[in-house]
Order: sequence, then structure tokens, then C-alpha cells
Amino acid sequence: MSNFSNPTSDVNPLALGGAAELMRPLGLGRRIFSSGATILALFLTALALLPLLAILYEILSRGVPGLTWETLTSLPAPVGVKDVPNGFANAILGTLTMVGIASLISIPLGILTAIYLSEFGRKGRFAQVVRFVANVLSGVPSIVVGVFAYGVIVLATKTFSAIAGGFALAVIMLPIITLTTEEALKLIPTSQRLASAALGASSLQTTFKIIVMAALPGIVTGVLLAVARAAGETAPLIFTALFTQDFARGLFEPTPSLPVLIYNYATSAYEEQNNLAWTASTILVGIVLIISFLSRLVTRKHKPR
Amino acid sequence: MYSSSNNSPASAAASSPMDNDSTNAMPAIRVRDLSFYYGTRKAIEGVSMDILSGKVTALIGPSGCGKSTFIKSLNRIGELDEGTVRVEGKVEFFGQDIYSPKVNLNQLRRQIGMVFQKPNPFPFSIYDNVAYGVRTYSKPSRSVLDEMVESALRGAALWEEVKDNLGKSALGLSGGQQQRLCIARALAVKPKVLLMDEPCSALDPIATMKIEELIHSLKHELTIAIVTHNMQQASRVSDLTGFFSTDESRIGQLVEFAPTTTIFTSATEPRTRDYIGGRFG
Repeated sequence: MSNFSNPTSDVNPLALGGAAELMRPLGLGRRIFSSGATILALFLTALALLPLLAILYEILSRGVPGLTWETLTSLPAPVGVKDVPNGFANAILGTLTMVGIASLISIPLGILTAIYLSEFGRKGRFAQVVRFVANVLSGVPSIVVGVFAYGVIVLATKTFSAIAGGFALAVIMLPIITLTTEEALKLIPTSQRLASAALGASSLQTTFKIIVMAALPGIVTGVLLAVARAAGETAPLIFTALFTQDFARGLFEPTPSLPVLIYNYATSAYEEQNNLAWTASTILVGIVLIISFLSRLVTRKHKPR
Repeated sequence: MYSSSNNSPASAAASSPMDNDSTNAMPAIRVRDLSFYYGTRKAIEGVSMDILSGKVTALIGPSGCGKSTFIKSLNRIGELDEGTVRVEGKVEFFGQDIYSPKVNLNQLRRQIGMVFQKPNPFPFSIYDNVAYGVRTYSKPSRSVLDEMVESALRGAALWEEVKDNLGKSALGLSGGQQQRLCIARALAVKPKVLLMDEPCSALDPIATMKIEELIHSLKHELTIAIVTHNMQQASRVSDLTGFFSTDESRIGQLVEFAPTTTIFTSATEPRTRDYIGGRFG
């Protein structure tokens, strides 16, 4: 160390300039610019986080006071009636039912489509068309998806239902699952496919025993993100599942859901319904956050070494 | 002994270079006038060669001379990583045309195993890596499978190092161990021929030495064809050597194929002598 800071006569003269250069501080302009850029970046990051934090604060401060076990387990109380349990168990159950139906349709369909695209269709024309359609579908406004489900299911079955709502949510989830799963599958190196083929495995065995297994964390993440997205969708449900104040009486009956409950009660003239909407928002945001957190956990746990 | 450039051999016998002891060594794979196309590009042309049973055949030559393409055409794995390929000529595995449309590719690749340039273990446990191939065509009982896994790992000289960690991830092994695991994995399905595409190019000298010792011990049980960039390696491990090269056309050809000692001491073709002597490539 001392050799570098005070060069003496016995130091190799060839190394002198270089060693001194190592210890010379950066110019003042560079240092000011560097700290300035850091401060600016931090400030803008804080600015970008502000809306998220503001939303969270608002929802929590208004929603948490009304959050009791009762709100999770009872039905909405009739307006004006005091001293009866007030809650939205029907909407929680409805959301779970419809997201469940949507998952049953879209997860197998989306994953199989992605397997086709990544392992069999690849750059073929049909695969390109499917991929393009999935991209377009992921950009279709959700209200349009709602109209589509209304036309296809509600008009055909002549009733608003959990099936129609679930179908609409499945259309929302399908392109998300397809596209993220294809990306996850494409990340598995070709050498793995060749290794499996060279051992005499058929292409189906290679796909399901090697490629899908290796890509599983990525696939699970995609599925969870799609579930989180579907759980928060309102527009596709308004005229497919509709809403009721009661528990849905069956899969082919109008079904309440958290987003539609929030949509209806937030604009209601009655304060107790407004408060219920805030509490339901807290629950919905909580569900979405937990799902996102789970998807993070899955990817981190399975990070290849 | 013969040398082939564009002119294919007049008689089949001419391409069997082991004149004196050809009685106990019959060809496991017989290649006749093979040309291989990626799309419209011709990668190799007019290759005729006998991969003799129970021998180690080394394939050497400069980069881009088609030796990898050639070895990948022997178990038809080359058609998987490229788009459309076309083959002219004939490749026979113990008399059976492997490019016949009736060939069961899974069966073919089980009989002609392959080890790749970079170790490519599956992200499973060591045990599951070795058992994978066996499980694709049968459901042996646990004890039978245990035995198969052990004998494959012993065959690849890896058993002593991993016997207490069979349940651990294969990705935790060193590069050399991973490559030996890949060899064990290939041995587990009991292939007749093992193709090795530059198996040591990603390994350090000690790991390389272990793989070479392994090749020596394996050649009593199966036929080996090995592509290598390392001429010393070819001279150490092989009985026969094929020298591939290319000219301005960028189409790979088999220049000379002879017993390894002949190739390294008294090659007939000037191009072979130049390459061995380090004067080009």
C-alpha cells in the first residue's frame, strides 16, 4: 500500500505513472454528476412508488377498520338494518368459484398450447398464427371479453351464471398462461432435448419428463400471475355473472364476486355499503398480493444453481 | 487402405482398413457414400467408412470439416437440432439401413448412444439421471433399477465418488463428474455403439485423462466413435483414425481412414500429413 502512495526511488520507474494513476480521485465534475444522477434516480423511484403506496394506504386505512371475522362469513345486511351481521362471504365464494372454473379451462388449454408452440409448431406457419392470435387476445379490452362471453354463454343458456363468468375470465387468462409458459419452455436449453432423445426417449417423453419438469417454476409463475389478474377483473363479470345479495344458488345462477361487489357498493348511496366496498378492496388487494408473492417464492426456490 | 475425396470406393472391402485382423472385427456401422445437407447446404460429401465393432474410432480434422455432422448422422440426432436435413448414401447398423422410413428412432438411439460436447445432465438427482433412459421403455422394480444404476455408474468410473449422494442434484457435480454421469446415463440403456462428440473439450486435463481411461476400459464391451480436436487424444485412445477436411467448397470430406498408428506415422495423403504435422488447420 505505502509503495503505491509514496513512490520511492527503488520503485520500478515503469510502474510509477500507472500506480499513481490508480490512486488519483475522479474529477470534481464527474463526482458531482455521479451523486446528482444517483439522487435523481432515487427521487424518480420514490415518485413511481407513490401511487402504489397511496392506493395501499387509502385502501388499508378505510378498509381495515371494517375487517372482522363477521365480514368474511356473513352475507350483506339489508340496507338500513342495524345490529345484524354484515359481510360479503357470497362474493368471496363467488370469486373463488369463477376463478376456479376459469383455471380449469385455461390452465390445461394454455399449457398445452404453449407446449405445441415451443416443442412442435416452433417456427411453422400455423404456430406463428397461433402465437399472433394469443398476443392479440392478450391485448383485447376485458369489457370486450365480457361482451363475447355474454353473446356466447349468457344468451345461449338464457341466464347469468358462474359458468359464463368463469368462461370470460378463462379468455382473459388463456393468453397470459400460453405466452408465459412458452417463454419458460423456450428457456430450457436444446442440449436437454438432445440428451433425452439420444437416450431413446420419444418426443412426448422428452417434452413431459424433461422440458415441462425443468420449466415448472416458470409455468407456475405464469399461472399464478394469470390467476391474480383474473381475480381482480370486473368488466368481464358485470354482464356474465351479474351479482346477487345472496349466495349463488348454483353454477347456472347469477353469482356475486368481489370486484363487482366493489363496483356496485362503492357508488352506492348508503354509507355502510361504501364501507363494505373498502373492506372488500382490502381483501381483493390482499389476495392479489399473496398470489404475486407466492409466484415470486416459486421462482426463487427453484432458481437453477 | 484407401483414401476418398470425391471418388467413392470401388469396392466395399476397400474401406475396411484393418486388413490383417478384420476377422474378429466386423463393422458395427457401415457408411457408404454419405452426403448430408442442412437445407440446401451440403455439409459432408461422399463419406464411406466402417466403424468396426469393439474398436475405438477417432474422427479428427479442422473446425467445420463435418466430423460432428458425420457423427450426428449415425444416430440421426442431427435432424433434431437443425430444421430440414437431407441424406444421400447409406448408413447401416449391423446390416440395417438406419435411414429407412421404417426405423424406430427411439430404438435406434437406444442402441447407438451419444455423449455430447458439453456435459448436459438433467436437473434431477444423480440416480434419476442414470435411470431416465431405462424408465423410458420399461418399469423395472426398484431393486433391479438400483442394480442397473450402480453398474452403469461403475462402468463410467463414477460409482465410488457418488455412491453416498445418489439423491443429490446432478448439477452439483464438477464438470468432469457431470460428463462421466452423462456416459453412465448412456451406458445404462446398454447401447451397442457409443458416439462421443468432443467429450473432453469442456474439461480440464485431469478430467480428460479420466475420460480417456474410461474409453480404454469401455472398448471391451462396446464400439466407440469419438470426435476430437485433440490429436494427442486421438492417438492415445483410438485404434483407427479418420481424418476429415474441407476445401474451398466448404463441404466436408473424409480424406483418409486408417489404423491410428498409420495415420500418425505414415499417412498416405499429403493433407493428412500436413494436418498431423501442424502445418495447417
